Amino acid sequence: MVEQDKGCHLPITRRELLLASASSAMVATTAVDAAASSTRPASPRPGVPTAQVTLAVNGKPHTLTLDTRTTLLDALREHLQLTGTKKGCDHGQCGACTVIVDGRRINSCLTLAAMHPGAKVTTIEGLGTPGHLHPLQAAFVKHDGYQCGYCTPGQICSAAGMLDEVRQGIPSHVTGDLAAKPLLSIDELRERMSGNICRCGAYSNIVEAITEVANGGVA
Amino acid sequence: MKPFTFERARTPAEAAAAVAKQPGARFIAGGTNLLDLMKLQIETPPHLVDVNALGLDKIEPTSDGGLRIGALVRNTDLAADARVRRDYAVLSRALLAGASGQLRNKATTAGNLLQRTRCPYFYDTHQACNKRQPGSGCSAVGGYSRQLAVIGASPACIATHPSDMAVAMRVLDASVETVHADGRTRVIPIADFHKLPEGTPQIETGLEPGELITAVTLPKPVGGVHVYRKVRDRASYAFALVSVAAIVQKDGSGRVALGGVAAKPWRDESAEAEMPRGAKAVTDKLLAGAQPTGENAFKLPLAERALAAALSQARAAA
Repeated sequence: MVEQDKGCHLPITRRELLLASASSAMVATTAVDAAASSTRPASPRPGVPTAQVTLAVNGKPHTLTLDTRTTLLDALREHLQLTGTKKGCDHGQCGACTVIVDGRRINSCLTLAAMHPGAKVTTIEGLGTPGHLHPLQAAFVKHDGYQCGYCTPGQICSAAGMLDEVRQGIPSHVTGDLAAKPLLSIDELRERMSGNICRCGAYSNIVEAITEVANGGVA
Repeated sequence: MKPFTFERARTPAEAAAAVAKQPGARFIAGGTNLLDLMKLQIETPPHLVDVNALGLDKIEPTSDGGLRIGALVRNTDLAADARVRRDYAVLSRALLAGASGQLRNKATTAGNLLQRTRCPYFYDTHQACNKRQPGSGCSAVGGYSRQLAVIGASPACIATHPSDMAVAMRVLDASVETVHADGRTRVIPIADFHKLPEGTPQIETGLEPGELITAVTLPKPVGGVHVYRKVRDRASYAFALVSVAAIVQKDGSGRVALGGVAAKPWRDESAEAEMPRGAKAVTDKLLAGAQPTGENAFKLPLAERALAAALSQARAAA
């Protein structure tokens, strides 16, 4: 918790720092593409088909006019500057882009923003804040459920959705009796989280973090 | 992704008409396969018709004691439905063996039937592929074929159908309901739904341009012990090398369909007469005429052993 509070008081965020260093690097080499380095929402290029969509992201409504090709992931990151959600493989294989849409965890890279008019989207920024961590966020910190941290927002959003699925009695591939209400054993947890890859291999600590929250009954 | 125009359809017939009137237009429901392929420019539709608001998301009993599954029912909801878990457990098991939790939350019943092969040469746009580009040839023949078909293939294509759900639908004798742009409807038995490649591997189903799947229906339950066994390279979240969907009755009779071996779920009702004689008798007949490559010949004994394991599991559960 102490470390989280420290992070909260940093004068600039990591992304702002990275953008600043990227801009200065470009100045040093070639001309700067103002649009590319800007943190303002990207406008669709003239002549490209667009679609309008209103999304409620972390409780706040946003109406966006987007190039139809914009995935939900790119809408969150590039248009709403919610960069907690990560782009890993961009093909639904790694789970880094997992967000919760209308109560369900999905891969935000494999769906178009335009397919979700009126949807309620929860990202890692909406689950908790540095001062008020979601129990899963606190448990990942406590159990060191990451190394580089890139997969972590997806792991945490996925775990939140997964625990909800268990509460709803949704079975999994390793559920022994389809007629019974599933319980969250280690085998169940591993199977249900198989859509989230951690290249650092922090799996054992991720399992411990999620297990603690599951046993505490809050997520 | 290539640019495309986008519209949200309000009725099934309107959606069908919208796709029928523009060559290359596609329906989009879950999007988990189509968008993946569009990012790789394997699919380049100029227009997408979003069918998510059509209300085809109910699971309802039919008048003859079966179940009508709306085309948009998500894989998670179908697998978790109490009636499916009780009366069509092989379908629940097959769905839960496929993809990841996130993908099952988005993927739909109709979309699952229509998903494209994961043949590596279909996915690599630098390679010849008759399915992706008709007439270009097939790099898989003589190439890396470990995952590919052992039966029902042709010199033009040795791809497999990737679905687990479709294998269970085949063993359950499901039917596919569709609507055309002019409002005409038809019912296609699942056995006739997917096509073998022959000389036209780009034609994967008998659907006409703009024809929209509205539901998949299951006949009344047949009882028995339901088993789905999937053999793959890792324990979770991988496509099948071989899978077995089996329904086994107390007297040893039953039904069997295989996944991972052909361009469609592989079932031969005449082979099922051999069920009481055991797995080898069934697969000898079911896979008669198989022409595996050197790299995937292992699938033949693997199918026999997977079926033996399924039958043993069924006996233990009976």
